[in-house]
Amino acid sequence: MRPFRPSRRGLLQSAATLAGGALAAPLVARHALAADAIKVGSLLDLSGPIGSSGQAMHATIRLAVDELNAGGGLLGRQVELVNYDTQSTIQLYSQYAQQLALKDKVAVVHGGITSASREAIRPVFDRYATLYFYNVLYEGGVCDRDCFCTGTTPAQTVNKLVPYALETWGKKAYIIAADYNYGQITAKWMGKYVRDGGGTVQATEFFPLDVTEFAATISKIQQAGPSVVLSALVGSNHTAFYRQWAAAGMKDKIPIASTTFGLVNEIATIAPSESNGVVTSYGYYEELSTPASTAFTKAVRAKFGDGLPYISELACATYEGFKLWAEGVKKAGSLDRMKVTEALETGIAVDGPSGKVTIDHATHHVVRNAYLARAAERKWDVFQSYPDQAPADTAAVCDLIKEPKLSKQFVIDVKT
Amino acid sequence: MALTGLILFNIANSIAVLVLLSLGLGVIYGMMRVINLAHGEFLMLGAYTTVVSANAGLNLWVAMLVAAPLAVGLFGLAVERLFIRFLYGRIIDTMLATWGLSLAVVGLITTIFGTTVRGVSAPFGGFAIGGYQTSVYSWFVIAVAAAMAAGVWLVLRFTKFGLIVRATMQNPDMAAALGVSPQWIYMMTFALGSALAGLAGGVLAPVSGVSPVMGGAFIARAFITVLGGGPAIVTGTGLASGLFGSISEVATFFTTPVFGQVALLLAALVMIRILPQGITGSGLTGRLLRRSL
Repeated sequence: MRPFRPSRRGLLQSAATLAGGALAAPLVARHALAADAIKVGSLLDLSGPIGSSGQAMHATIRLAVDELNAGGGLLGRQVELVNYDTQSTIQLYSQYAQQLALKDKVAVVHGGITSASREAIRPVFDRYATLYFYNVLYEGGVCDRDCFCTGTTPAQTVNKLVPYALETWGKKAYIIAADYNYGQITAKWMGKYVRDGGGTVQATEFFPLDVTEFAATISKIQQAGPSVVLSALVGSNHTAFYRQWAAAGMKDKIPIASTTFGLVNEIATIAPSESNGVVTSYGYYEELSTPASTAFTKAVRAKFGDGLPYISELACATYEGFKLWAEGVKKAGSLDRMKVTEALETGIAVDGPSGKVTIDHATHHVVRNAYLARAAERKWDVFQSYPDQAPADTAAVCDLIKEPKLSKQFVIDVKT
Repeated sequence: MALTGLILFNIANSIAVLVLLSLGLGVIYGMMRVINLAHGEFLMLGAYTTVVSANAGLNLWVAMLVAAPLAVGLFGLAVERLFIRFLYGRIIDTMLATWGLSLAVVGLITTIFGTTVRGVSAPFGGFAIGGYQTSVYSWFVIAVAAAMAAGVWLVLRFTKFGLIVRATMQNPDMAAALGVSPQWIYMMTFALGSALAGLAGGVLAPVSGVSPVMGGAFIARAFITVLGGGPAIVTGTGLASGLFGSISEVATFFTTPVFGQVALLLAALVMIRILPQGITGSGLTGRLLRRSL
């Protein structure tokens, strides 16, 4: 029998294994503890140009998580929100999306603000089989069984705004929109609804997001002499349009209807003399005076103060999107992606601040209320409501009941 | 006829905006060869000074014409003392330093005021050219731009300070030998350029979307104008503003805003190809304007 003579290498190896095991032990233990809380991912821009939208959304999802935890959590476990600030940078969206899916292993991700950010992260969550909620109003057409879109689409809002404008002010429309996918597609919808209503589109103009001078456009609009200007301008640079429009004395001459104005904080930041009279259509307004809405805004303001920007549809849909997901988990009795998806597809509904919000199986969008409102002295005067509006635009091209394997965004062929 | 008048007025306004955006940068770059990448943020600080002090009850005119240039001028003075003076002659380093500064300023303003701030609206209202409405405030913008350019020119041409500044720029060692402190002149020039940026930001605040990131929308146009203008600060910036302003305005009016931007960039490209040192630095115009300021 050979005497036991450990080689140097062998000794080092076993030492390393032992040390590794000792180091790993607390990690394993910590993991076991952490598994008690359900992790929910959130990807929102809290800084940069889109930061003011993201802050209100981040506030309402935190409120939703806190309320859920106060009520006993989900499946008997507490819920923990994992949020990354994407800083208005698409690159960070992709990076943090992978981190949420692979490192944090979250049960669901709520987030994305611009359509560009959504299309950056949606494939990531598809690839790593993570359930994804996009809670923002957008141009419509996303058809993906692993994704739910809870904001309004053009059929729900633009289709209310344009007919109102044509009936109230006349049939000639001049369309101005931001030059990226949201503005381009929304402008097409505006054009379609104008023609459906028997009107004419005099011109459609697109503006890169860094345009700040609108004098030439204001002259061109006057030259055309429309009965209404339809605006899908986006971002703080484009706010300059409304100010230069008012400075030229045009505000009381040609009315403006918009699908974007006031979504962020415009109503508070520009003067009433510049904003009064602008008409918009969204799925929610902070001024909505139903008991559910008042309770919601009170809770948000009590928790986050008056410094928080306007509570728009974005913030409300984020809150409702989270609640829809939580209902899905309750119904499924599981966090499994497929089980939760199937539970949500049964047509789960919640009563949110905006009213009843119901998941539509065929499109993975929602049936929800839409409202028309007019800007008056830094507030929105909600003067019309349309209950239970279906996402008819996306429904025209997307049927996930028949084709559950689809994962794409249809660019809806709007007849122009 | 009225339409022609309106277009001419719009062109004048567009030129005036370019002069406002770029003159401060031109003074700093033209005099000291310091590329101030935080120029857009200097404009933003001017706008914020105006908006915040006007909201706090200060008279709008005082806020725009006094508070904004004063505050940003002092800020520029501090920046020059703290960073820039160590970096003269090191173009890449100054670019890096001022770029870092721009990020820091955006972050600071966001932290203090949030991502949105309550703006001030333009005074005066509109007036009509024929059947077309346009803004009286544009007259004011044009007047301030003209006064700014004339002011800088007069100071450089006729005052003792202007003479010393020009001498220092031409040959700092010789100026120092004659008893001038180049350090002092650099500091004052940087502060002057900053103050001009602050004034421009203040004057544009009522017709812009005021936010911490607004500088980003201005900076490219300001740089193109200054580089297109060449070494003569006032004449160069003025001529380049005139050229680029007219081209982009006419292109925007007769085609689309997208093409308006493309036309401006194309014009700048062609011009830099023909006149690599800018309008006042090369070619026939360079020879004609050799002695201009």
